[in-house]
Amino acid sequence: MASNSGFSSEVGRTLIQLSQESVSNLTLEQGSRVAVIGGGPAGSFFSFFLLKLAETIGIDLEVDILEPRQFSTFSGPAGCNHCGGIVSESLVQMLATEGINIPSTVIQRGIESYVLHMDVGDVRIETPLHEKRIAAVYRGKGPKDIQNSKWSSFDQNTLKMAEDRGAQVRRQLVSDISWESGRPTLSGPKGEIGSYDLLVVASGVNSQLQYVLEQSGCGYIAPERVKTFICEYHLGEEQVALNFGNAMHVFLLDLPHLEFAAVIPKGDYVTLCMLGDEINEELVSSFLNAPEVQACFPPDFDLYQSSCLCFPTINVGGTGQPFGDRLLVIGDSGVTRLYKDGIGAAYKTAKAAATAAVFQGISKEDFKRSFWPACRKIEIDNSIGKFVFAVNKQLQRTKVTRRTMLRMTRMEQTEGGPTQQMSTVLWDIFTGSAPYKEILLRTMKPWFLARLAWNFVMGGLFFDLKNQDTGAMDGHERLGESLPG
Amino acid sequence: MGTSDLGKAYRDKEPIVRQGEAGDCMYVIQQGEVEILQNRDGREVILASLGTGDFFGEMALFEREVRSATVRAKGEARVLTIDKRTLLRRIQEDPSLAFNLLKEMSHRIRRLDKELTEHCTEHH
Ligand SMILES: Cc1cc2nc3c(=O)[nH]c(=O)nc-3n(C[C@H](O)[C@H](O)[C@H](O)COP(=O)(O)OP(=O)(O)OC[C@H]3O[C@@H](n4cnc5c(N)ncnc54)[C@H](O)[C@@H]3O)c2cc1C
Repeated sequence: MASNSGFSSEVGRTLIQLSQESVSNLTLEQGSRVAVIGGGPAGSFFSFFLLKLAETIGIDLEVDILEPRQFSTFSGPAGCNHCGGIVSESLVQMLATEGINIPSTVIQRGIESYVLHMDVGDVRIETPLHEKRIAAVYRGKGPKDIQNSKWSSFDQNTLKMAEDRGAQVRRQLVSDISWESGRPTLSGPKGEIGSYDLLVVASGVNSQLQYVLEQSGCGYIAPERVKTFICEYHLGEEQVALNFGNAMHVFLLDLPHLEFAAVIPKGDYVTLCMLGDEINEELVSSFLNAPEVQACFPPDFDLYQSSCLCFPTINVGGTGQPFGDRLLVIGDSGVTRLYKDGIGAAYKTAKAAATAAVFQGISKEDFKRSFWPACRKIEIDNSIGKFVFAVNKQLQRTKVTRRTMLRMTRMEQTEGGPTQQMSTVLWDIFTGSAPYKEILLRTMKPWFLARLAWNFVMGGLFFDLKNQDTGAMDGHERLGESLPG
Repeated sequence: MGTSDLGKAYRDKEPIVRQGEAGDCMYVIQQGEVEILQNRDGREVILASLGTGDFFGEMALFEREVRSATVRAKGEARVLTIDKRTLLRRIQEDPSLAFNLLKEMSHRIRRLDKELTEHCTEHH
């Protein structure tokens, strides 16, 4: 008897759960109106997938993307979404599986390796498959002084994809959000834009809209942000190929507050990105004066003469609740990946949001059940990421550990074969190709730790002791001597 | 291969996967064409041709069998490799990612069905 009643209560619970899951009091129906604020990757991917999934269950939706920026008309900040422009290895693969292949007119350069620069030397790390699976793009038209470029904007391309699926792009800035009888109404500087059944906020973190949303009383809290730095240098296609090749150049320098810096080769330009907890002009100056950085550029190149520069912010904290009744917050305005693969995180949250809205419903409960887990997963991984970056920062601090990393990576690159432990860990940290959890687990394997310890003794400590006696200088095995190809 | 391309370039007739080999990835054609062929009693039988945007090798994602056919470039082709691990991890997070694969696999079964029926009718 006991087991029988246990069984029936279990069945009862499941039925209640099922009925709650399948019947939402708020759903998208034939002709429902959806507003998407922002036509960056999050907004465009969301609209694309929403329309695609709605089509599979036979409902037609009206989707308005509100985006004032003209990505392919204006160069410089007016048409740009401030970004390093790396489309990560995992995103390239996922998009291809979705049937979305980034056109070569958008890809400024296919990236096949990266070069790690430290004061103790450089090392080139090749992709395990020797294949170009990372795309370097411009989000907008390109830097301020760009002339007839043969490449086009990444954001324009994704926006066009959404448009081709049936979304309407309205070149309007949203300046106010109000909730009337639980439905969102949007207004711009010229008056009311319209009232909608679902509002999707994808306006990033470099806009006032997050504060407008915060004040609209829906429970949203704008994420914690830090300032970063991006600048563009014009070198010409040949010079870019000569100095940087198809490699992303990553700098691990012992500069306070600098988490990570990279130079990304594009078509005629290279993009310099600096991320950290307090990037300011002084730190940028110290970075530009570093010999490791100057050595990458042609002799006499003036690193203070850039084509375009900005200090955009990046989301480092997530937000309390990126959803509500008839409300979704996706991409950077909601939850994104810490420091890396922001476009990939925008794709993930956009897809989760579209799937939830089409198949589950558009109430707060629906989103909590079927959209929030995707965001939560990224947030949990970010807390591991914070730890990974903290360890990495510690390793950067002392010369002996920098030399250990360099030695281990160089040996792996020379030996080739499957034992590319340090190389793949560094590759995944700097290219954003794998979740931080997976990276951390890989560094905890006994074989990794044993090799690290061995290299620490042989390359780090032993080298230090030897050179203390001779007074020899280290750290000048530069690119040409140490790198294949 | 230009600087603005993704994937790996293959020359005309260069094999991308070989029949009988173990495989743990699938492929998406970025540019060009490939042909799928099987070795039957020492004879090469061409089964199909695929073009830009098509994928192949997807069976390796779901089974642990060896490759059932050889795929080689037909003219110059550029092909992107999709890792099994990356893809399965993502399908677990977002099962709808498999829709595209299922759609294509279902097209292929339908085509095979048709060919089989035609073949049977011809021989009766
Ligand atoms: C220095 C730096 C380097 C980075 N490098 C990379 C990288 O290499 N690879 C990577 O994957 N990610 C990178 N990122 C992160 C990446 O830029 C973001 O994660 C990504 O842009 C998020 O996309 P989104 O669509 O959420 O927001 P955004 O790209 O910011 O798009 C928001 C859109 O909303 C529009 N908008 C804003 N306010 C309004 C309004 N009021 N009304 C209407 N429209 C509005 C804007 O015009 C914009 O088009 C980098 C970020 C920084 C700061």
